[in-house]
Amino acid sequence: MGLEYVRISPGFERYMPKDYVDLVKYGQFGRQVDVQQLGQFKELVEEHPMCAGCFMAYFIRIFYASLPNPEDTIVIGTAGCARLALSQAAVPFVYGNYGDTNAVASGLKRALTIRFPDKVKDVVVIAGDGGLIDIGFGMTMHSWFRREKFTTIMVDNEVYGNTGGQESGMSPKGVQLKMAPKGKQFDKINAVELAKVAGCVYVAKLAPTNPKRIAKTIRRAILAARHFGPTFIHAYTSCNIEYSIPTEKVLEDARKREKQDFAFYEWMTDEVREYFEEIEKQSQEVKV
Amino acid sequence: MPEQRVVDADYLLLEAPRERKFITGAQAMAEAVKRANVDIAIAYPITPQSEVMHLVGDLWAQGYLKDYYRAEEEYGAMSAIAGAVRGGARAFTATSGPGLLRGLEAIASWPGHRIPAVLGVLTRVVNAPLSIQPDNIEIAYLLNCGMVVLHAENQQDVFDFTLAGFVISEKVDVYIPVAVCTEGFFVTHAKGYVNMTPEDMKLPPRDPYKAPVPPTDCEIPPARIQRDAPVQKSNFMSYLIHAVWQQEVWASNIRAMKYIYKYLGGPIEVVNPDAEVFIVASGCAAAQGREAVRYAQMEGLNVGLVKVKSIRPFPEKEIREVLKKAKAVIVPEHNIVGWLAKEVKATIPDNDKVIGGPRVYGGMTLPVELIMEKIYDAFGIKKERKVVV
Repeated sequence: MGLEYVRISPGFERYMPKDYVDLVKYGQFGRQVDVQQLGQFKELVEEHPMCAGCFMAYFIRIFYASLPNPEDTIVIGTAGCARLALSQAAVPFVYGNYGDTNAVASGLKRALTIRFPDKVKDVVVIAGDGGLIDIGFGMTMHSWFRREKFTTIMVDNEVYGNTGGQESGMSPKGVQLKMAPKGKQFDKINAVELAKVAGCVYVAKLAPTNPKRIAKTIRRAILAARHFGPTFIHAYTSCNIEYSIPTEKVLEDARKREKQDFAFYEWMTDEVREYFEEIEKQSQEVKV
Repeated sequence: MPEQRVVDADYLLLEAPRERKFITGAQAMAEAVKRANVDIAIAYPITPQSEVMHLVGDLWAQGYLKDYYRAEEEYGAMSAIAGAVRGGARAFTATSGPGLLRGLEAIASWPGHRIPAVLGVLTRVVNAPLSIQPDNIEIAYLLNCGMVVLHAENQQDVFDFTLAGFVISEKVDVYIPVAVCTEGFFVTHAKGYVNMTPEDMKLPPRDPYKAPVPPTDCEIPPARIQRDAPVQKSNFMSYLIHAVWQQEVWASNIRAMKYIYKYLGGPIEVVNPDAEVFIVASGCAAAQGREAVRYAQMEGLNVGLVKVKSIRPFPEKEIREVLKKAKAVIVPEHNIVGWLAKEVKATIPDNDKVIGGPRVYGGMTLPVELIMEKIYDAFGIKKERKVVV
């Protein structure tokens, strides 16, 4: 149905909440926005209760501004910090049980494919390191093995932030956190390599230092998932509270990590590469 | 696969002609799925359930279902069922014992997420030491989830409860999942006569817009707007929202009762309503209870049976009424905890007349003689035990 379900029936404009009217009039539905114009359009997520200086909140803001098809997108999350903002966006959000995101997304995407074989309905999982790589590991991996056609984005803050700062499988080795009183005993899990081995057709890793590149990566991951199979983005989204990063230094920290272990990385299958070359060529022709 | 035509649900369940077949309980469940216009089934192996999902997989291969896959494990299977049902599909899965417990976090959240679906529960031992035999203790874990829980005595019940389960589950004033339980092996792997509706008739497809909670498919206006999630408002709001929502879930569970009357002839079946002593039983224990009533009649003892078909909603009013004048109530069960005896005791005022037992567990059979011993006790009859060497 897409835009049709967003549109306000004539005569009802004055009875709809202002928030809704603004979303329809000045929002992203039905048009592509430029993330660098954040603040000049009505965003899909505005208010959220995340901590001051939270880089995950920033990443989620960019995420929503990057959606290629917000009127036909469903976001799936799980327990953790991310859902605090995800649950407040003007895009349907499913909050299931602990670590179940990729199983729920598998069922949901299949049901939508059965019911709307000729429509584009994007399903996107955004969950943390704990949800995807610890408690939900089996379901994350198997959704990839099964080649389920949806995007998985890991917002990796390297800690269980929402439950008070416990070690996760994605915490770096040696870091002292709750439940790791002597420091973490094993290495950070290599999620990107796992995703490649498990059958993802598009895999990217990034630190959120460059909004335009984040937007392009998210759009590519969603478009590739529509046509080819599972896609995965591993995003570093620091926890300034548990890792004691001063608010004004979060970007500096992201740049530092980008130089260390979060250098921008993008990998895709040949067929996905050909597809992007084709559509990117077409869009350039349209501009000309 | 024969061309199937959609017929009215009431016609299919109540009026359509039926043909008698001699089939296993697993086949009976799959035959019901075949006629239920199911969109997607998600399977994960566990004995003794697997047989059901093998047969359902064959149905998909033949074109009766639109999608089917083998999940990674039960938590994944049950979560994917939730996703598919939110997406507007009609979904089915089945499990057993340890599998049910592994999927229970997801299953227990289905009613609160308003997920109408049918779950087959083919019971087996869950706790150590290992056995794969038909103990039904797992039903105790389902009783507080909020879902409708039906307990089938035989292959016929399995067919009827499963087919009606989809209809009851999707009623707008119910809209919670239905578990169709029966004992593994005793029912799933044994054959019985089943009167089945014609193979070329099926239920109407699910209409996900006929719902108290709409599907998540970006098709229902108005679009979602920005708002606070309840848990973030304040503790008070999160208590309150959870409380009213769960009240509604349990009210929905009670509202399923009228459909259990309509489609399944009521939540209980009573044999010999004027009896002095009653056996109250569900599932396979009801079949043995039926035999005990026959034995007792041969001995001139006035014994009756209350077969409980619906464990949730629990037929409190109905059981209280039947047992009003009973001298004693015997509750035979296939589990060690006696969950049905506890339910009955909590239901009738003079519950000191409830004899909790006999109980067999670990998957043993329930000999009628064990029930007869309790009947003799109830009538104050002393019998010498004959030991055949």
